[in-house]
Amino acid sequence: MSVLVNKDSRILCQGLTGRQGSFHAEQCIEYGTQIVAGVTPGRGGEQHLGVPVFDTVSAAVAETGATVSMLFVPAPFAADAILAAADGGIELIVCITEGIPVLDMVRVKAVLKDYDCRLIGPNCPGIITPGECKIGIMPGFIHQPGKVGIISRSGTLTYEAVYQTTRNGLGQTTCIGIGGDSVRGMNFIDCLDLFEQDPATEGIIMVGEIGGTDEEAAARYIQKHVTKPVVAYIAGVTAPAGKRMGHAGAIISGGEGTAAAKYEALEAANVKTVRSPAELGNAMQELLG
Amino acid sequence: MNLHEYQAKQLFARYGIPVTQGEVAATPEQAVAAAGHLGGDLWVVKAQVHAGGRGKAGGVKLARSAEEVSAAAEAMLGQRLVTKQTGAEGLPINQVFVEAGSPIERELYMSMLVDRGQEQIAIMVSQDGGMDIEEVAANTPERIITVTVHPAAGLQPYQARQLGFALGLDKDQLKQFVPLVQNLYRLFDESDASLVEINPLIVNTDGDLLALDAKINIEDNALFRQPELQAQRDKSQEDPMECSAAEHDLNYVSLEGNIACMVNGAGLAMATMDLIKLHGGEPANFLDVGGGATPDRVAAAFTLILSNPAVKAILVNIFGGIVRCDDIATGIIQAVREIGISVPVVVRLEGTNVDAGKALLAESGLDIMAADDLTDAACKVVAAV
Repeated sequence: MSVLVNKDSRILCQGLTGRQGSFHAEQCIEYGTQIVAGVTPGRGGEQHLGVPVFDTVSAAVAETGATVSMLFVPAPFAADAILAAADGGIELIVCITEGIPVLDMVRVKAVLKDYDCRLIGPNCPGIITPGECKIGIMPGFIHQPGKVGIISRSGTLTYEAVYQTTRNGLGQTTCIGIGGDSVRGMNFIDCLDLFEQDPATEGIIMVGEIGGTDEEAAARYIQKHVTKPVVAYIAGVTAPAGKRMGHAGAIISGGEGTAAAKYEALEAANVKTVRSPAELGNAMQELLG
Repeated sequence: MNLHEYQAKQLFARYGIPVTQGEVAATPEQAVAAAGHLGGDLWVVKAQVHAGGRGKAGGVKLARSAEEVSAAAEAMLGQRLVTKQTGAEGLPINQVFVEAGSPIERELYMSMLVDRGQEQIAIMVSQDGGMDIEEVAANTPERIITVTVHPAAGLQPYQARQLGFALGLDKDQLKQFVPLVQNLYRLFDESDASLVEINPLIVNTDGDLLALDAKINIEDNALFRQPELQAQRDKSQEDPMECSAAEHDLNYVSLEGNIACMVNGAGLAMATMDLIKLHGGEPANFLDVGGGATPDRVAAAFTLILSNPAVKAILVNIFGGIVRCDDIATGIIQAVREIGISVPVVVRLEGTNVDAGKALLAESGLDIMAADDLTDAACKVVAAV
């Protein structure tokens, strides 16, 4: 079992024919992901990586029944591509792109309310159900089918959590990279809800960072609605205020969004926290032991 | 990207937002000339630096004669201004803004930013202008009134009036305020701002509203579509190492410590800084080399790190996904050979081709310590200082 994506998911790739799209789609296909179409406006009718290319998402969906989009469109055009995906009938949009202006995302989120679709990202590594479906840029080989759900704002920091749970035999049900931007699609709460309902997920790892109050809201949600064990780590204890730490959303501003505040909120909600990312696997194992 | 006060006021003026009359000057002579153009008998000479808290630091001076204008400008230009927002080294004052003095009746506060919780542009006002707004927010939050704007409708007049009533404006002032805030919203939206702050927005003794100060920050992600604003960037106000890093496509933030780190991925880079601290060390920087960690990139990162004389040890922490550990090892070896490094280097590699990468490091003959895991890496680098 898993959440959101599995071996039967049919994926189209917006930006398939670009450099990033090509490279990563090929890796996904090698992993076993069913990439059934590419969308590049103006290149409809071509074949790329053995997959038909369409001019529009609508045409690709009509022809192939794809329900998921993996989006590798450059930042200036990515918001437009997200809206095209929603309007084209896609149910889950996974936007890898980094650098989308936040006001674009403000407008996108307002429009997406009118559609019955979910957005993961932007500025994220993607989503993977190990052994079944890899959508994004994560290295497939470090993952292993298992029992832990992982939700993270980071990329390579997520891989640490993944690798530890693979090494200690717990494995993962699904890993969701919600991304490093400040206005984004699915948040921690959305993912926690899915994992709580997934029979195969026995424990949940949360990897957060400075900026915003999503982890604090998640802490309150966990207290009320999550029965499965949760382990949390927050990056950025040593980050100075007011500085953007790589991720657009990783910034302490107006006193809000500190790692300390997030740890406090999580601990107040009786979530197990670790202060070192090296402890995530061990902590989860103890709780599930 | 920050704009100077004088640049922000120019932008305000283009959007029909009333600002104090003023001119920018780079020499005391230009400052005196500016005062002459403005006329009147009261001026304010303001240091143009990308930081607040100028007043308390001597960066804002009243002047009642050409001599006082000149003296104030002379005292500021070429100096570094240290405010509570700049850090100990302060920021260079290369320009001053000379503006006509305004007789102030009331000082109000207004700002706009993207409320990431609401996912909308938010406008905040307070009758407590001219103060540290973070103190107001902490001590008397009920004195800050906020509205958020639905992107489809834009800022509605009823919302503008709501803000105006919250400010205790009279009928005439409200008539000025509604278009002012609507214009400010348009400016925010069209300029891809991440923050616009007017502190204070004054009511002068004639009952007119004026922006006495103006602070604008433009979202970095949007600079590609704001060429006119990007052209106004003033690198003299930015950390030179951070600027240099950006030129090499590296993400870098200076910190106070002596253990430098180089990592792929922002989250992992923050975690690495935290790990160093957790194990008793002090991180010198945040550095994300990103996905394309080629030998040249690695070398550039090393050079950057080493240009900080405080650095006593380096921790390289790479989790290779697409990036291969043997490529990283090659890059590190090349960089160390080229640059000649005299501080201890600890390398922790994990992920794709990790064994090949570790073997390369071991066989290189260079004084590079390989770490087995994250904890081992942090302990080794802290011990190496």
